[in-house]
Amino acid sequence: MALRQLLRGNEAIAEAAIRAGCMCYFAYPITPQAELLEHMARNMPRLGRTFIQAESEVAAISMVYGAASAGVRTMTSSSSPGISLKQEGISYLAGSNLPSVIVNVVRGGPGLGNIAPSQCDYFQATKGGGHGDYHMIVLGPSTVPEAAQLTTLAFDLADLYRTPVMILADGLLGQMLEPVELPEPIDPASLPRKEWAATGAAGRDPNIILSFDLGPDNLKRMNEALQAKYREIRKREIRYEESDVADADLVIAAYGSTARIAKSALQMARAEGLKVGLFRPITLWPFPYDALRAVADHVDTVLTVEMSAGQMWEDVRLAVAERAKTPFYGEMGGVVPTPRSILNEVRKDAR
Amino acid sequence: MPVDVARMTKVFERPKSLTEARYTYCPGCHHGVITRIIGQTIDELGIAERTVGIAPVGCSVFAYLWYRCDAVQVAHGRASAVATGIKRARPDLVVFSYQGDGDFASIGTAESLHAANRGENITVIFVNNQIYGMTGGEMAPTTLVHQKTTTTPDGRDPATCGYPIRFSEIIATLDAPVYVTRQALYDTRRIQDCTKAVKKAFQNQVDGKGYSLVEILSTCPTNWRMSPTQANEHVANVVTQVFPLGDLVDRG
Repeated sequence: MALRQLLRGNEAIAEAAIRAGCMCYFAYPITPQAELLEHMARNMPRLGRTFIQAESEVAAISMVYGAASAGVRTMTSSSSPGISLKQEGISYLAGSNLPSVIVNVVRGGPGLGNIAPSQCDYFQATKGGGHGDYHMIVLGPSTVPEAAQLTTLAFDLADLYRTPVMILADGLLGQMLEPVELPEPIDPASLPRKEWAATGAAGRDPNIILSFDLGPDNLKRMNEALQAKYREIRKREIRYEESDVADADLVIAAYGSTARIAKSALQMARAEGLKVGLFRPITLWPFPYDALRAVADHVDTVLTVEMSAGQMWEDVRLAVAERAKTPFYGEMGGVVPTPRSILNEVRKDAR
Repeated sequence: MPVDVARMTKVFERPKSLTEARYTYCPGCHHGVITRIIGQTIDELGIAERTVGIAPVGCSVFAYLWYRCDAVQVAHGRASAVATGIKRARPDLVVFSYQGDGDFASIGTAESLHAANRGENITVIFVNNQIYGMTGGEMAPTTLVHQKTTTTPDGRDPATCGYPIRFSEIIATLDAPVYVTRQALYDTRRIQDCTKAVKKAFQNQVDGKGYSLVEILSTCPTNWRMSPTQANEHVANVVTQVFPLGDLVDRG
């Protein structure tokens, strides 16, 4: 029977990772994700698994690169400034087709910013961040139970597509306590063997893990293979949630913690007779452009609400493509929108 | 008199754990000698089927082509961290990193030092030729005082560039490493000593003893603007004055 526990988002992600068969976890302390690291420190060694507090985020993501090369499920976590440091390693993970999970519990930026919740790393997560033509699958949980579910999914997608997957959370989700139904632990030995991994060339030709080819034609082919994989992911893995969109005049587009707050605003707006819906992307990459476009075809307004200056807003406008009005309401610096502040924006735009 | 090949005894051959791929190294460069020593060691220990090599960035970026074993090509400076990840994931594997002076002692300073400090059970081959070979002969952390490079055209000035860093000595101050040594290849005796040191560094790992580092003073005739012979003499007479040979730690 699934176990129900009261957990912080950070702990729920950590525990879900353990249950998904994460064998090696490497990270460096940073607020507001420290509980994730600490949960791993307490639990990984007693399961005979690897926990290393790395000397830096650069080292931690490089250790992930090593563990992934050796064919085990592996994860690192951090928060915004630390994720900036991991970009080198993420680019190499993508280039070398290495399954791996990276958690970003986003805080206020740029620079040192602060330790309050934010969604200001959307561009970095979904558009690249590191060098080269690559993408990660980016999952945006909006509740603690969903954070646990998406962690399980992240490991499966990483293995399936041999790609880094990011869980893009925020400080609010990381710190918030909620009842969570955790999945049954899987036996890591039951996972499919990774025939490509660097596990010793016994009875086979050597396996080489690399993101490198000096020949432009060869590197072009490597890039084309990556792009073919991304097309496949776009075709099969887009996830989103729609609430009350069928009769809506105005749809709020929001993800993560902001989407949850927007749901309260939606109920308040409905109580006032305003026909408001919610469109919540769950995969931020690949972004659900087609689904949102279909919504935009029958509403007047798509209001984007974010804890940023308007980063997902760009994808919303690409999706809507002038089929509807696309106003924006954002908070920055760790300020969290309230149901009331979102409702005020809805009232303005619904008029 | 015709030679009867069938009756001859083979006393020297290419190690079985090296591939037929041709080296991309310049004439007189020691990388090829070091590669051979590692191949021979892998053969002698019979570990080819469970060895994972780590190829860095620089002239030895193609290291994954030379060995008949699994290999991982990594970001500049991160080899010791990647080695940590592989070894912790699969302690049954034999993991070695092959790193130049810029890789190991400059951009990878933190990763190199902390892998050593954790006493990771890995083998690090640190090739010190006092220059960035592949990018065109720029200053390395190990470049000698007054040595001319493309980024120290008037010679390395300690007032602005500091001094050649003795990274193995720094690692030797740590409690965890079991074996730290500096070797050279400028004559046959040094090659024999170096071969023994490399074997010991791999044997330590196989025996589960912990972190071993072999620094090897290497040549770069091309960027040093020397003939291979001059380069060997330079290592013997000049470089070893700054980087003395011998064991720094041996807790094996």
